[in-house]
Amino acid sequence: MAMIEIKDIHKWYGDFHVLKNVNESIEKGEVLVICGPSGSGKSTFIRCINRLEEIQKGEILLEGRNIYDKGVDVNELRTEVGMVFQQFNLYPHLTVLQNVTLAPIKVRKMPKSQAESIAMELLARVGIHDQAKKFPVELSGGQQQRVAIARALAMKPKVMLFDEPTSALDPEMINEVLNAMKDLARDGMTMLCVTHEMGFAREVADRVIFMDGGAIVEEGTPEHFFTNPQHERTKAFLKEIL
Amino acid sequence: MQWDVVATNFDYLLFGAYPEGPLGGLAMTILMALGSIFGAFWVGLVVGLMRLSPRAWLKWPAMVYIEIIRGVPLIMLILWFYFLFPILIGKTLPAIQSAMVTLVVFTSAYIAEIVRAGVQALPKGQMEASRATGLSKMQAMIYVILPQALRNMIPSFVNQFVSVTKDTSLVYVLGVTELTRAAVQVNNRTLSAPMELYMTILVMYFVICYVLTSYSRTLERKMARYQARG
Repeated sequence: MAMIEIKDIHKWYGDFHVLKNVNESIEKGEVLVICGPSGSGKSTFIRCINRLEEIQKGEILLEGRNIYDKGVDVNELRTEVGMVFQQFNLYPHLTVLQNVTLAPIKVRKMPKSQAESIAMELLARVGIHDQAKKFPVELSGGQQQRVAIARALAMKPKVMLFDEPTSALDPEMINEVLNAMKDLARDGMTMLCVTHEMGFAREVADRVIFMDGGAIVEEGTPEHFFTNPQHERTKAFLKEIL
Repeated sequence: MQWDVVATNFDYLLFGAYPEGPLGGLAMTILMALGSIFGAFWVGLVVGLMRLSPRAWLKWPAMVYIEIIRGVPLIMLILWFYFLFPILIGKTLPAIQSAMVTLVVFTSAYIAEIVRAGVQALPKGQMEASRATGLSKMQAMIYVILPQALRNMIPSFVNQFVSVTKDTSLVYVLGVTELTRAAVQVNNRTLSAPMELYMTILVMYFVICYVLTSYSRTLERKMARYQARG
């Protein structure tokens, strides 16, 4: 059974058809990179997987369970699908440690001490354990994004969604975030990454999909995608960004 | 000029007949202002959050409440509620209680709008990030949104406090012996120094409000440094 099964999904914003008949199947442990021009629906696509956006047609199955079923508890679903945002979205009034422990304590009802020791492990894993008592504003962008990754991991999700995680970063900070993501991929995490970091795609992606105008135009292994793209639109896009 | 009238009655202007009789004067004004702002904060918080809800049955009553109350003069509300209450319950509510309820209701409509603006001013990503980790909307509000939003609202709350302090003078129409009523009483008794008396309480109102607004300005400068970015 696939980890995530996406069947014929459609989404409209008013009259605007954002997602047109998107189909995709992601296996456990697979790393999928989604690229495409802005406005192509790639962010909307991954945001539908934790229901930050709702689809109007089709279905999305997480481990065989339709996440749009009436009986599904959205909050519980989201604990299984972690998300990292372009703008980090750390909580500025809480320390780094509190940012990571908030959801485990409030949602999982975990004792504070246990949540903190898990958080410290995760912060160590992304290399920020020595900044745990600081506030987000005191950290660099790259560090903030790594805290955001730790925050998402603290709920022990089965899938991680990355929405342009390095687009808001200064160039010299991109690698530290990509390294944390690569580490996660090697560990067997199922990941969907909207990103234009083609080096990352080549190195860790199992598959790359290219979206344009709300539909998947082309997909394949990074090898195929970079060396032998079929569609004109893909070729033009690759020429722009490589 | 007959400032001696003011001097002899200064105690009464500050505390009313207290401790021999009931508390009044400036002390009563301050107590009413504090009580109103406290009550109005909680009512306003609830109404403001209802106003933000996407659910029509929460949002519409809040909107109607806010619009009606902001659309009528406070003094009308004070009189109307005082005469409405006996019809509702069958007995008269003491003037002071009726006045407090009215001030709370009136101020809460403004607080509700401050709350709405404060919450909406936060980056959308804060709510999204909290929801994405599995927090319910209520939990996200309590632990992520409100702690940030309320801190940003403090200067507006102080301004509202200044308003309600001045607004308490209107409840003198019900016979509550706050500062304005105390001055009216002294003047009715003495009849010789209205200008001096009213000048005195005018200065008292001004001093309180000026201290508060200067404090609010200091706060605003401080807050500006700690705004959430993003």
